[in-house]
Parts: sequence; C-alpha cells; structure tokens
Amino acid sequence: MSSSKSRMAGIVIIGAGECGIRAAFAARDAGYEGAITVVGDEQALPYERPPLSKPDASGVVEKPITSPEILSVKAIHLKCGVSATAIDRNAQVVSLSDGGSLSYDKLLLATGARPRTLTCPGGDGAQVLRTIEDANAIYAAAENATKVVIVGGGLIGLELAAELRTRGLQVTVVEAGPRPLGRNVPERLATRLAAKHHEEGVSILCGVHIASCTDRGVELEDGRFLQADLVIAAVGVVPNDALAGSTGLTVENGIWVDDQLMTDDPLIYAAGDCATVRASEGIYRRYETWQNAQAQGEVAGRNLAGGDVRFDVPVWFWSDQYDLGLQGVGDTSGNPTVIRALGDGVEILFFLDGVGALVGAAGLGRGNAVAKDIKIAQRLIGARVDAVLLSDPAQNLKKMLTAA
Amino acid sequence: MAEWIDACATNDIDEEDLIRFDHGDRTFAIYRSPNDEFFCTDGLCTHEQVHLEDGLVMDYVIECPKHNGQFDYRTGEAKRAPVCVNLGTYPVKVEGDRVFVEI
Repeated sequence: MSSSKSRMAGIVIIGAGECGIRAAFAARDAGYEGAITVVGDEQALPYERPPLSKPDASGVVEKPITSPEILSVKAIHLKCGVSATAIDRNAQVVSLSDGGSLSYDKLLLATGARPRTLTCPGGDGAQVLRTIEDANAIYAAAENATKVVIVGGGLIGLELAAELRTRGLQVTVVEAGPRPLGRNVPERLATRLAAKHHEEGVSILCGVHIASCTDRGVELEDGRFLQADLVIAAVGVVPNDALAGSTGLTVENGIWVDDQLMTDDPLIYAAGDCATVRASEGIYRRYETWQNAQAQGEVAGRNLAGGDVRFDVPVWFWSDQYDLGLQGVGDTSGNPTVIRALGDGVEILFFLDGVGALVGAAGLGRGNAVAKDIKIAQRLIGARVDAVLLSDPAQNLKKMLTAA
Repeated sequence: MAEWIDACATNDIDEEDLIRFDHGDRTFAIYRSPNDEFFCTDGLCTHEQVHLEDGLVMDYVIECPKHNGQFDYRTGEAKRAPVCVNLGTYPVKVEGDRVFVEI
C-alpha cells in the first residue's frame, strides 16, 4: 500500500456510469477500506444505457446499475448531479460544480463519452441518444412523427431504425460510408442486417452526406431533400477527456493509459469510453462497449485498491435488431478465416491469425442463437484452433476448450 | 403446492449443458453437471428476463447468453455483474432414465 493511504482522503471516481460504479465495487471487493466517493453529472441514480435503444411497450426501461441500499452496505458515497470542474494534481484535489471539492489518494476518470453532433447548418437540432432524457425525448417525438431520418448507419443508428420501424414510422438511414456498420461489424453480417432492414421497409442510403437539417427534414449534399419530422444523429461519440487534458495528462482521442489503466500520473487512472489503452508497443485502443466499461472498471477498481492487474479482456459486444441477435468478440477486422453455418440463418465467423490462433469471432442469428459459440470463442482467443473443427456444425466447440 | 414432475430423460441433456423446461405458465432450466448430477433453476435471468437456455454452462456456472451475468446453478447464487439477484432453485431426482423436478 502506498504511504498516502494514511491521509485517508480515499478513492475518488469521476463518472457514475457502468464503469465508475463497477470500479467502486471492485475496489471495495478487493479489500480497500478507505473512503470511496463517486461523482456523476446526471441526476438519475446510475443506470444501464443499453436498454435505452430497446424500449418496451411502455417506453424506456430505466434499469438501475445498483441501489442506494447496496451502495450504503459497501460504504460507497455517491454524489449525483455534480460534475468535476478541475483537478489540482499537486494538491490531489478535485473541484466540483457545486462549489465543493474532494481530496483524493487515488483518482479514477470514468467520464465516458458524449454523442458527436452534426456540424452542418441546423445539425444541432438533431436528437442524439446517450442519456435516459435523450431516449425519452426520442420516443416522445416518435409518438407524433411519421417520418424519421437517422444520420449514421452504425449500431446505435440501426438499433433505433429497427425500433422506430417496428413502431410503424417510415425510417431512412443516411450513412456517409460505403456500407452500414462499416466500423465494427464484418461485412458479411452487416450485409445480412442491412437486408433485414430493407425487408422491414427501412431505406438505407450509403455514401451520402448531409448538407443541412431543418425542422422539415434533411438536405443532402447531392441536392435531395428527405422529409422528416424527427431527425436523429447517431454518428458516434467523442471521449470526455477535456478535464484530463486541462490538468496536463496525455490526451488524444481519449485519456492515454498503460495496460494497468494508469495515466502519466501514478495517482490517476482512466477507464471505459474515455480511456485510450496501450494494447501493445506503440498501439493504443479505445473501446466504446458496455462490457468494456465493466471490464475496465473492474481492473481500474482493483488497481486503485493497490492491485497490479493488467487489462487484457477481449472486447465483446451485442446488438439486437428485430428478431436478430448479433454478437462479436475480439478482433473481427479483415476477412473471416472460417464460417460456421448452423442452419436457420445462424452463422459464426471466426478470424484466425497467420499461425492459426483465434483473434476474434462474430455471429448473427435469431435471438440468442449465437451466444454460446461466441462465449466459447471468447475463451479460445489467443489459442490455436482447428479450422476444420470450427466449420463443422456437428462439432461441439466446447470440446476445444479442454484441448486449448 | 409443489409436486414432482417428470421433466425429461437424462440423455436429453448433454453433460455440462442445460435444456429449457416449460411447465404450465412457468419456465425452468434443467442442468446436467460435468459429474452427471442434475439441477433445476428458474429459466429466466434475474437481470433482464432473458432465458438461460442459450447460455453457456462451464463446470457449475451458467452464463446468461445476453449480458454475461453468471449464476451457480446448484444454489442459484448470482456470481458476476450485472446480475445481483439469485435464481430460484428446485429439487431434482433421477429415477431410471427420467429426471423429475419438484416445482
């Protein structure tokens, strides 16, 4: 334990989302006995964001991550509706928007990310989806809307397209890239998802750029005008790294941390959407998934408590659109090495490196049909795998776990 | 009143795996452990009511197919976030090649 423990200022965590809360619990569960304070700028108690794009019939489901009772049992102090405004690294003090301040022995920045906004004229009028307020605003507007334009054909854009189409709206997705889901879904599966959207009546326009937004719709750069009474911008997120940058920490598309999630300052860690993590020599990666927020939060929490845990969990994500479930794990860029077809449209793509070790997998099928194989793949990442076995639907992949 | 229900044959379930079992308007999961023991829990994950039938069984742990919450299926104990509420469990007995659950 560091000598600073005697100061008893404790651990301060900026950000009360999935990552910050998991970190607080992980630090406590690792045996940390000092004060733990979590500061979050949203008014609501910490809640899960994934359900925001998947409302049920009665609207957005607010799913709390934890409860005041559990926080109390774990002696985790939560300050809601408060943001951090400055960090004095010499004094080890964080200034807060309510005028208060918090001393820290160790500080975690779990500040997350915010939606990128459209830069075209009128673009700031487009709805974004990040918070529960955003979600409520979108579904309230959808009640009275007939036509919606969604700018951005990524996962959030297409999940919203599926949801709003199911509610009977006319939906057009406008994507600047050559295909939807171009950033993180293998082309073969993205093509199938796009076909499903088409079948459901969603129009997806690719390779188009928007010139302006008005309250009547969206004007494209090629001169076309798409009428809409609801415009949603789903064009990715930018990490909330300004606070870190202003205190002199290295920041570039996120707060730079080593593989133990430590910043340049050994008393300050960063994790989740806001953190750009050293993956290997000279290679830094930032992830935006729910599971990453959890996994990095756990690593950061244990390290805040004095541990020396490395972050090396393969990134995993899922997406539900209509009755289809997509899941991916690890590195699924490039062309798949093996395709495992399980019938009824269920298929898993496996990505192997030059020596036959598994680096990633992605699958698409009805409901949770791909879940088991993706979980097995997650455990096989880094192991050499038999491509013939992978491709044989009669083979239970679980056998490979004992062999690996 | 709970009663013993003939749920399935022992070899309907692979070793270290589970099947779904529906009875009336209730749904359950029946597990066969790596040591050839049988267990029964509620079918739906306590996190978001996703059925555990597509989940992965490893040793004595079932991992939810959707959000990776884990339970010990012998006791129903929630083992990993995001789950924090335990699963209900039900007595199981094997007679011959049949699996009975008391539900």
